[in-house]
Amino acid sequence: MNVTAPAGTDAATDALREAAAARPTLRTAFLRRSLRHSGLVIGSVTLLVIVAVALAAPLLAPHDPYAQDLAHRLIPPIWQANGTWDHVLGTDKLGRDYLTRLMYGARISLLIGALTVLISGTIGTSLGICAGYFGGRVDSVLSYIVTTRLALPVVLVALASAALVGSSLEGVIVVLGLLLWDRFAVVTRSSTQQIARTDYVAAARAIGCSTPRILVSEILPNILSALIVVATLEMAHAILLEAALSFLGLGVQPPLPSWGLMISEGKQYMFFSPWVIGVPAAALVCLVLAINLVGDGLRDVTAPENRG
Amino acid sequence: MPLLEVENLVVDLPVSSGTLHAVNGISFNLERGETLAIVGESGSGKSMTSLAVMNLLPKRANRRANRLVFDGIDLANAPNARMRTLRGSRLAMIFQEPMTSLNPSYTIGNQLTEALRCHRSVPIASARDRAVQLLEKVGIPGAARRLGQYPHQLSGGLRQRVMIAMALMCGPDLIIADEPTTALDVTIQAQILHLLADLKREFGMAMILISHDLGVVARVADKVAVMYAGQVVESGAARSLFGTPRHPYTRGLLNCIPVPGRTTPGAPLGAIPGQLPSLIGPQRGCAFRERCAFAAPECAGDIAFITAEPGHDVRCVRLGALGMAA
Amino acid sequence: MLSFTSQRLLVAFSVALTVSIVAFVLLHLSGDLATAIAGPEATVAQVAEIRHQFGLDRPITAQYFDWLWHALHFDFGNSFYYRDTVVSLVVSRLPVTLTLGAISLALSLVVAVPLGVLAAVYSDTIIDRLALGFCVLGQAVPTFCLGLVLIIVFAVQLRWLPVSGTASWKNYILPSIALGWYAVPAVMRLSRNGMLEVLSSDYIRTARAKGLQPSVVILKHALRNAIIPVVALAAVQFGFMLGGSIVIEAVFNMQGLGYLAWEAIARNDFPVVQAVVLILAVIYVALTFLADVANAFLDPRIRLA
Repeated sequence: MNVTAPAGTDAATDALREAAAARPTLRTAFLRRSLRHSGLVIGSVTLLVIVAVALAAPLLAPHDPYAQDLAHRLIPPIWQANGTWDHVLGTDKLGRDYLTRLMYGARISLLIGALTVLISGTIGTSLGICAGYFGGRVDSVLSYIVTTRLALPVVLVALASAALVGSSLEGVIVVLGLLLWDRFAVVTRSSTQQIARTDYVAAARAIGCSTPRILVSEILPNILSALIVVATLEMAHAILLEAALSFLGLGVQPPLPSWGLMISEGKQYMFFSPWVIGVPAAALVCLVLAINLVGDGLRDVTAPENRG
Repeated sequence: MPLLEVENLVVDLPVSSGTLHAVNGISFNLERGETLAIVGESGSGKSMTSLAVMNLLPKRANRRANRLVFDGIDLANAPNARMRTLRGSRLAMIFQEPMTSLNPSYTIGNQLTEALRCHRSVPIASARDRAVQLLEKVGIPGAARRLGQYPHQLSGGLRQRVMIAMALMCGPDLIIADEPTTALDVTIQAQILHLLADLKREFGMAMILISHDLGVVARVADKVAVMYAGQVVESGAARSLFGTPRHPYTRGLLNCIPVPGRTTPGAPLGAIPGQLPSLIGPQRGCAFRERCAFAAPECAGDIAFITAEPGHDVRCVRLGALGMAA
Repeated sequence: MLSFTSQRLLVAFSVALTVSIVAFVLLHLSGDLATAIAGPEATVAQVAEIRHQFGLDRPITAQYFDWLWHALHFDFGNSFYYRDTVVSLVVSRLPVTLTLGAISLALSLVVAVPLGVLAAVYSDTIIDRLALGFCVLGQAVPTFCLGLVLIIVFAVQLRWLPVSGTASWKNYILPSIALGWYAVPAVMRLSRNGMLEVLSSDYIRTARAKGLQPSVVILKHALRNAIIPVVALAAVQFGFMLGGSIVIEAVFNMQGLGYLAWEAIARNDFPVVQAVVLILAVIYVALTFLADVANAFLDPRIRLA
């Protein structure tokens, strides 16, 4: 026993050293694959720019997003006749600077996307992990819950609940967070089922790890890449839904500069000044496209069949 | 004139790490009514060879040949439309996986009569008559009733019989059977094989039988070609090749099957150590040299066929040293 | 087939029942209905009066069973805003939404399935890339933005089609494009992936070995099998479209079920909201049930089991 112990330790340190050496190469391989994926690169760069602009909005924005100037209403953007450099993207019906409101609007969209995904991700992941790990009756109950959730018309229920909770930023986040967990549950469930069958989970069970510990420290880290992909796609979904709710007047309330609200407020002027809805709509499409490109790209890059 | 002439057939597949040389310049001839068996381990290129003749290779694959002539028709340069009129009517194929080779959404009758109606535009009724007749011929009881059934209602053995009947529908001149018995139970394997041999004789067809099972081949083949790593290493009349196998690989293969009366019961069967070499990248010399007990430096150079006896060719430079030269 | 159908029917019924509970509870727990109905200027006494008048002071289970019992008899009560029963309102608005949904679904299938098949047959070529790029772009455009753009281009500037309303069949063209757009990426991806999987299967090789024309191989042998999951998806998408038509009906001013619900939500007309949520959910459940049955019918392995 005494004789073999040092040898065993040696082997263990060797294995550790090997693992440590292998980790950076795995990471560089992942990076190299990511950089070769043009969609992922374009998406991440666009997304980073939008996030940076949103964070730095108070520093970058040329005006106050709420300052009204009725003398300078509906000034067209710079590329049209009568455009001025003072208001590069023009002004809205109350004379507020469009570029400034667009920058602050990015904060709302990103905030709603991130917080909604945090809530829905927590709900969906817990349900999915339990269903995937325990299987059997727990699993049938979950699939029944998911079926029921899918039967509810999301836009309508979100509108009605948001209206009753009181249309506000917080209300929209909570309602969307409580509604959009289905895809998290479905994806987590199937990934967990795969992981739960592996040897290292069996080993963890054999050495007497408690079930919560197996779920959190063995299974969760291994389904993380799948979760991140779902999170990006659901974030885009939440941002689109918020825009639709605000467009219908039952989401974020004025004077907050939500992009959906900007489109809704511009609707009455769109026949004569199409840019009033064109500018926020383009911003919305760019953001959602960037997030979707990142999500699709991550899925391609982390897909198991690409490994090796 | 032979029914099928193949000279220097090459099949390449581009893969992420280079070019995979699946078939590396093989040649053979087949006369009318003759059975050629192509033998080798999985991955030796035998299936690719048969798919190349049928022009059914995967989209990415490249096929080249000095000669690829079927009954005077140049298959190497035949346009797709011309090739299509030959496939299923004069060239037929039976695949390895009877469980998945039939379309689950259509009845047996529909799938049987389809080729005949496509190539010969016969009326439905006579196509069905022919289908019933052939199903009876391949030994399916209650043939008329089977026409209305779906593939999932049949067992694997029955499905392979259906596949055989399907291949015979247009009365082909050449039938290619790619491991037709591998996926079946041992008892059914023998039945299917005898059926194929009988049908071949009855319809006067030529047959290419692809197999990794030498026991199967020895019973039905007129000629045998042994493939290794995309090359034919030895070919000849079945009697001559099985009687005096000359290539070290063929001899290794034959040591792997127990022969009643010759193999001592309980004695270990021969196994060939090592595994197939990588087929990616340029290929030169004898592909078997890494696993060959008789390998010498000259095995890495170019190797020509040596005619050991008339019609029996061996691709080995060490025959003299092995005492196997004619 | 019979046991399969009856089993699915049972699941559909219980899901519909659960949905009715969820819809009811959701609307009753999201806020105080009595305060919402009474409006911001009402006194405490007025709110209490309304609470009692609408039976909102009774236990929620009693309210639910009362509502469910009436709902099962197609009685959803009276609208608070319109002097009319909820049922007659719904019946007068449903045709607009169903027509819109049906045309949208037809449009998206006509575009997405051939596009998916083409992308699969010509996989890894420029056609495949363009189709996938179209999908990614399509998913990023919100339906209401597309609706507004369509109005500006085709109704205002080109003057080809009417801006809003439901007067003639021309009114349905732009809204259907906007609504159908939403389903195109999902249907296209599923058709493409299904076709790719089927095209690499052994029975397609058998079909090609028979010397059949490429069109027969693709349409008869491959599409028939690849289309089975698309049928189920189409039913689900139809349900999503009916639910999502609220946005499009608002953009195009179409007096459909979605528009009714939108108005009702803004006016706290909650019997209408509850009825519309339940009806859309039941339609969705019925559609998924029909999709399951259609699936079983299309696949002989289930049909004859």
